Amino acid sequence: MNTFSFTAFILIIPLFMFLLTGLTGMKYKPIISGLLGTTGLLIVTILSYYTAWLYFFQVGQVGNTYTSIIPFNIEWLTFTENLKIHIGILLDPISVMMLVVISTVSLMVHIYSLGYMKGEMGFQRFFAFLSLFTFSMLGLVVASNIFQMYIFWELVGASSFLLIGFYYQKPSAVAASKKAFIVTRFADFGFLVGILILSFYTGTFDFDKLTQPGTDIFNSAATASFIGMSAITWAMLLIFMGGAGKSAMFPLHIWLPDAMEGPTPVSALIHAATMVVAGVFLVARMFPVYLFQTPEVLEFIGYIGAFTSLFAAVIACTQFDIKRVLAFSTLSQIGYMMLALGVSGYEGEHGVGYMSSMFHLFTHAMFKALLFLGAGSIIHAVHSNDLREMGNLKKYLPFTFITFTIAWLSICGIPPFSGFWSKDEILVAAFYHNKILFFSSVFVAGLTAFYMSRLFFTVFFGKKQHYHHTPHESPLIMTIPLMILAIASIFTGLIPFSHFVTADKLAFNTHLHLNIAIPSVLVALIGISIAFLLYFKEGKVANRITVALGYVYTTVLNKFYVDELYIFITKKVIFNCISQPIAWFDRHIVDATMDGIARITEFSSEKIKTLQSGQLQQYAFVFVGGTIALVLAFIYWYA
Amino acid sequence: MIQGIPLQYVLVVSIIMFFIGVCGFIIRRNLITILMSIELILNSVNINFLAFNRYLFPDQLQGHFFALIIVAIAAAEASVAIALIINIYRRISNIEVENISEMKY
Amino acid sequence: MNILSLFVVIPVLTMIGIVMGRDMKAVRWIAAVGMFLQLLLAIVVMYLYFAERSAGNTAEMLLTYDVEWFKSLNIHYTVGVDGISVAMLLLTGIVVFAGIFASWEVEYLQKEFFISLILLATGVYGFFISLDLFTMFLFYEVAVIPMYLLIGIWGSGKKEYSAMKLTLMLMAGSALLMVGLLGLYFNSSTTGNLTFNILEIANQNIPLNTQMFLFPFLFVGFGILGALFPFHTWSPDGHASAPTAVSMLHAGVLMKLGGYGCFRVAMYLLPDGAQHLSWIFIILTTISVVYGAFGAIWQKDLKYINAYSSVSHCGLVLFAILMMNRTAMDGAILQMISHGLMTALFFALIGMIYGRTHTRIITEMGGLMKVIPFLSVCYVIAGLASLGLPGLSGFVAEMTVFVGAFENTSLFHRVATIIACSSIVITAVYILRVVGLLLLGPVKNDHFNHLEDAKWFEKLSAGTLIVSVAAIGIAPLWLSNTILISLQPIVDRLVSAAAMAHLF
Repeated sequence: MNTFSFTAFILIIPLFMFLLTGLTGMKYKPIISGLLGTTGLLIVTILSYYTAWLYFFQVGQVGNTYTSIIPFNIEWLTFTENLKIHIGILLDPISVMMLVVISTVSLMVHIYSLGYMKGEMGFQRFFAFLSLFTFSMLGLVVASNIFQMYIFWELVGASSFLLIGFYYQKPSAVAASKKAFIVTRFADFGFLVGILILSFYTGTFDFDKLTQPGTDIFNSAATASFIGMSAITWAMLLIFMGGAGKSAMFPLHIWLPDAMEGPTPVSALIHAATMVVAGVFLVARMFPVYLFQTPEVLEFIGYIGAFTSLFAAVIACTQFDIKRVLAFSTLSQIGYMMLALGVSGYEGEHGVGYMSSMFHLFTHAMFKALLFLGAGSIIHAVHSNDLREMGNLKKYLPFTFITFTIAWLSICGIPPFSGFWSKDEILVAAFYHNKILFFSSVFVAGLTAFYMSRLFFTVFFGKKQHYHHTPHESPLIMTIPLMILAIASIFTGLIPFSHFVTADKLAFNTHLHLNIAIPSVLVALIGISIAFLLYFKEGKVANRITVALGYVYTTVLNKFYVDELYIFITKKVIFNCISQPIAWFDRHIVDATMDGIARITEFSSEKIKTLQSGQLQQYAFVFVGGTIALVLAFIYWYA
Repeated sequence: MIQGIPLQYVLVVSIIMFFIGVCGFIIRRNLITILMSIELILNSVNINFLAFNRYLFPDQLQGHFFALIIVAIAAAEASVAIALIINIYRRISNIEVENISEMKY
Repeated sequence: MNILSLFVVIPVLTMIGIVMGRDMKAVRWIAAVGMFLQLLLAIVVMYLYFAERSAGNTAEMLLTYDVEWFKSLNIHYTVGVDGISVAMLLLTGIVVFAGIFASWEVEYLQKEFFISLILLATGVYGFFISLDLFTMFLFYEVAVIPMYLLIGIWGSGKKEYSAMKLTLMLMAGSALLMVGLLGLYFNSSTTGNLTFNILEIANQNIPLNTQMFLFPFLFVGFGILGALFPFHTWSPDGHASAPTAVSMLHAGVLMKLGGYGCFRVAMYLLPDGAQHLSWIFIILTTISVVYGAFGAIWQKDLKYINAYSSVSHCGLVLFAILMMNRTAMDGAILQMISHGLMTALFFALIGMIYGRTHTRIITEMGGLMKVIPFLSVCYVIAGLASLGLPGLSGFVAEMTVFVGAFENTSLFHRVATIIACSSIVITAVYILRVVGLLLLGPVKNDHFNHLEDAKWFEKLSAGTLIVSVAAIGIAPLWLSNTILISLQPIVDRLVSAAAMAHLF
């Protein structure tokens, strides 16, 4: 037994709750399973905080370095002598940080859902799935080896599928869940092949061995080449593909906006705060490998991140569904994190990208969860997702308004809210690495401020709407999590993150770069001001602009037609051009051949049957004729 | 011993009878005629038996016995066949062999 | 008497009991008790096997028993088990047990139905315990022939056609097999003591040319039963027409006879032939894997979908066997077990759903989750197992296969592996399509609003299978290790054959 043995319970409790509420949930009142799940998660949260305290302040640091601690590692499956899957727990700065993030957001979502989901059919099911998700997500972040990560990776995918399709009688929700699963599954295929390549050449799955700086296990992988690239490049690229799928990086982003069909707390938990950052976490986990073995892939990741953040921010400006705006903003912010990883170095100040990526992940989880939960509260009040049906909600929803304001300022990057601090670090990292990426991300910061303000002003100010019944503030059980998260959004920015989470696990000091902070805040303010002018009062200017933009606007509104492209590929190419011909081929060629053989047999038997006419005289004729023929033959040969 | 008549002469008669029987059997459509053809075949065989017995083993009687057995069998067979034919005639009102195909296959 | 022979004796006793049974109730209870005893026996044998192994017995086959049966041709009744057959016996026990409960309410000629079903099971059990090729072949035929009656009499749809097609194709396989087995027999000894005993033949070095000649006969012969492309077409029609329990048994265990045979006879006894000819079959099985999955996307009948998915999954079994290393072969056996369990679950559920809705066309159904939640949840679990969700058996098996297959360094093997890997995506597509159309969405047909959910025996049947699937998925190590140990002799032979192949 060691100090951290208790961490096993962080995994066991949600799993147990899932089984308990999943199997017996229908036997008792809905609220009991909700309370069971929430209590379980409360314990998990306490354990996670205790772990974090113990790790960061008590035992984690040896000398100046944070060490990796593996409390236990159970052999789960043996492939070969070297390749074994273990199920274990690996504690290091990022996994402990993720424990805190996941358990906090998950707890808030649990509490919030007690109010939000009240009276819904399948309340128990909802909490069972939430527990399952929490279990899988926690398992993912503490994974001690890449295969364990893959296992939990698949599990989060499945629980995300189940939760998006929670309203299973709604066809759009079913379609969205299917899409989410298949797109991420496709990415996971890449991930899997990447793992296969990586593990074959290195002979291990363990993160400990893989991420050792200066290790020589990659030598054989670096020399083996395959279609123009070395095996290690392929492996890391494919592994990133898995991460890109889960984190909805372009061009695998299409599932995330649709995933908003799920209940809003789910969007807050899975599709904003935790699961979608799994890809970022994966890259961060494998960071030393990317940096030392395949810097070109890391560069590529940076560009993908930058492009996604820009792309999504542009789309977000045009959407009308409140949750979709938030979804695209999530995409954009995750793009930021990827970008930060892409531009990061390793040691000390050079590793600021890595640090800021994790930092942004942390703060983003808080304020984005808050935004989603706030949006849930708004939807709860007006029974609609559509921005055009909202307006002037400030006076009806006071708590939601205040908390939403905090989140809004935070995501816009206004000091002293948390988003400012983490975004600033990202800009710093980009600035010292690559100016193009830097300017693109500053531009995205402005866009972010614009579309978030558009959302904010339209919902809380804007034109007066006539509601069927007066919107009312959500119950306390929903507003308390909002307030807690609001507090977190204000203060988490002040955490000296570089003392805890760094690429080389050595603490360093960061300071505010005014030369970058001031322009970025200015850009954000410009974005806010434009939105203020356009949307604060009900104005016609915005409409006129959209009309003036014409095709450009409709293209953006339709998300650059990427979805249509996918539908073309799946429906037209896979279904109609591959699957249907194969089904046809199977019936009419392969099967017909088999049937054909049978038919030939039958046909010849029909023909032979007629010889057996039943006419005795015919037989006699043949018999006699045959005898004579034989006699003649014998005479010919022997006489 | 029939003086001056070699065995071949008798055999030729028997062969001619045999083939007349075979031809009748194959060609004729009437069951009665077919039956008569069969009798011809049997009788040609009888002649053979007797002739060989007489010419090769004059002091033995096997050939005679065989001939007698065949005559007896032929009688039995004829009676059974005619019974069948009468029954068939009752069913289908003719005895053309081609019409009797109900039990085919 | 040897304990393994009980596997044949108990079903025979059960069949006698069924003949004597008075009414339907008695008949099905006798069948259930008999097959439950079989399941217990399988567990006991597994326990005995572990006990012997931990006692240090390293013989290749344990619990062996040998009776001379037909002296002049040296045919023996030889039985024995290793880790692989023990696992297969357990699989058979579970599937047959679940199958009895899935056919609890057969309405037509119950006695005859259960007798045929148990006869089939007898054949399967016998096949897995035999060590003598002739006895093995005998049991193989015993397993295949009742199929004709079961489909032809109790089936649905184009049952006569399907039954005939299935039987004829499998018989064609048997014919090939017979040639192969006789070939083995006549090459089994250089001194004239010909034998059918697998272990003795395994010590022979059959000349390469003979091996090359015999290998295709044996591999294709067994492969037909294992749904090897392009000889798989009996599977969709056969499964679609077969009654529930028969589909379960057929896809669950009978198709495994093919995989097991390929592996125990074709690969083990003809390693050189396998090394030289594997490339042809790797191509065919890779096609099977992808082709079956794509074929499944387009189908509309639930049973057809599942039949094609079986083609894909069983293709993966043969694919893994041909990869010829320990990990991949371990994966092949795991995949057989996993596929056996989950496909049996699928067919059981399809039967239960069909019994309620009277249709199997997915577009005519929808929203069943609301009406029959228990069955629907089971269906989703089966689907998730099939698409390889961790925590269920499919994942373990597929991953072992892929990791093992990737151990081969040649480009050809790599590409084949990656193509086969891509099936996990296609599988997800068709499984989710079915789940979406069948279970989710609004209830399409008003009649469906009054459907009853599962009865106790249906719950028992589905529950048994789900528990097994989850047990393997959560704790695969014991099973995997059991198999791995027993694979060693087979892999050794293949590896030495590979070494020889490189020498020339």
